[in-house]
Amino acid sequence: MAELSYTSRREMDQYGFHPSVTILAPLVCLILQSLLPKTFPRLGILDLPLIATIFFAVARRSQISGTLTGTAIGLFQDGLTNHPFGVFGIAKAIIGYLAASVGFAVDMENPVNRGLITFLFSLLHSALIFLISRWLLADPTFRLQPVHELLRAVANTAVGIPLYFLLDRFKTRD
Amino acid sequence: MDSFFTRYKNPLVLIAVIVAQVVALAMQVQRPAQGLGTDMPDGRESTLSRRWISATVTPIERILHGSSLKVRGVWSNYMDLRHVRQQDAQLKLDLARIREEEASFSEDAVQGRRLQKLLDFKQQYVSSTVAAQVIGTSGSDRSRLILIDKGSADGLKPEQAVITPDGIVGKLRDVYPHTAQVLLISDPSSGAGVILASTRIRGILRGAAAGEVQINNLTADSRIKPGEQVLTSGGDLVFPRGIPVGRIESIAPDPQHQPYTAISIKPAANLTELEEVLVITGTQSNLTPSAQQDAAAAQQRADEMKRAADLVAEKLPSIHPDEPIDPNNPSAPDTPAGGTPGAPSTGIPHPKPALHPDRYSPNDSPPAESLTPGAAAPASSYTPPPRAPRSTPKQTPTESTPTTSEPPQED
Repeated sequence: MAELSYTSRREMDQYGFHPSVTILAPLVCLILQSLLPKTFPRLGILDLPLIATIFFAVARRSQISGTLTGTAIGLFQDGLTNHPFGVFGIAKAIIGYLAASVGFAVDMENPVNRGLITFLFSLLHSALIFLISRWLLADPTFRLQPVHELLRAVANTAVGIPLYFLLDRFKTRD
Repeated sequence: MDSFFTRYKNPLVLIAVIVAQVVALAMQVQRPAQGLGTDMPDGRESTLSRRWISATVTPIERILHGSSLKVRGVWSNYMDLRHVRQQDAQLKLDLARIREEEASFSEDAVQGRRLQKLLDFKQQYVSSTVAAQVIGTSGSDRSRLILIDKGSADGLKPEQAVITPDGIVGKLRDVYPHTAQVLLISDPSSGAGVILASTRIRGILRGAAAGEVQINNLTADSRIKPGEQVLTSGGDLVFPRGIPVGRIESIAPDPQHQPYTAISIKPAANLTELEEVLVITGTQSNLTPSAQQDAAAAQQRADEMKRAADLVAEKLPSIHPDEPIDPNNPSAPDTPAGGTPGAPSTGIPHPKPALHPDRYSPNDSPPAESLTPGAAAPASSYTPPPRAPRSTPKQTPTESTPTTSEPPQED
């Protein structure tokens, strides 16, 4: 018996996107991420590109696709900061890979599961950024602020769930 | 072998992507260290990539920023019309107050310039600036960076200072043809030379991880107090001297850098809500022609005020500065009431000598340096007059009324 059949979860729930959506949705997230803190400084705590990474990785359920999407979004995000290229790139590549892996096992149509995964991946993303900054870049000024990172995870979850439902409209079944 | 790659295709791709980025990170970190002192904060490839990313994002940000400005403009015009009359009255009051202040400031400015000449003080005056609008941010609260809508086409170069009328903002990092990145002073990788306004202590301003601005290269000093103003020192060759930075908010020991203290600064410019900024594109050691005209006008105003004050002084009948004054003889008929200008303490009325001096009378008690701690109090020269007997009809001549200075002895 084949490992995967047409009735398997992977085949049933694997989605694709129009190329324009694949490019524009992360780009809009990146631009909003750049613009919103100018008017509303407190929104700098959000990480919309992370939400886009998780969404596309989970929806496609392909680890390679998740890795590459996460890398592209992360490197683009690095280009807007004064960090060297790769800080967000590495972190989001790992998140994309793990999100695609989790997508096999968990029903991602359920809002509770979506919220939980966004919360946990947001925390993991913060931890990865901390490790990259402290170990790879040896930046002693970078400090992990647990409460701040928890708030970031909550904010990402709160924004992520409605955003996922919005992006669901652009899904096409492969 | 083929099946190995097929089976572990996904983790292998992840590992390859991560390794490639780690190598790229290492190369980027190495290159700026080798190229210290150059205008480029990154390597050529990184700068090119950032330029492409900026070119992708900037047009959209420009359009969105322009649209929001138009919407905001329409709304603010409506609101302005509603309150224009009240504002007009308020502005007239403000104008009158500012004119008064200007007169005193012009005199202070003239005096300041005179003192600077005396001290041969070299100051870098801002000669040219470029106004720019903030069109975006880095989007990360770990990277305090903003994007402005002016670039190398407008004469901007890396490392130029960026300010607002309130105080310093940061310096230019990457400059593209039509946009530029500004590294805020609150970013951990930025720094600026500063001086405390009243104590004249110099320090280095740095951004902290949480977005605070700190001086953390000073040891504990009792003279440094919260509320003290912090100015740029000019020592970093980026910010001209004397531009406001902020005020000291708190002083606490820095546990990670003992024995230094972490002096938190509240920035004078609102770094979180910047709309317009000025990029300093040129400085000079002399005043600009327009500033020199202002200075000449201020000098002329100050001279006119002095002449007016002299005329008033001549008309006052009681002022005769040419006559000699004897400060020890204040009751002399020639000394005017209120003293003579220029002679200190001539106008202070001297007390009349006491009729009955006691230990509180001036010049009656011995000087403090002649006293010995623990010794008995010296006898006062004061002797009160004998009191009149109350209603004691039978008092023998041998019985005397005790004085206040000599209490009756008890057996």
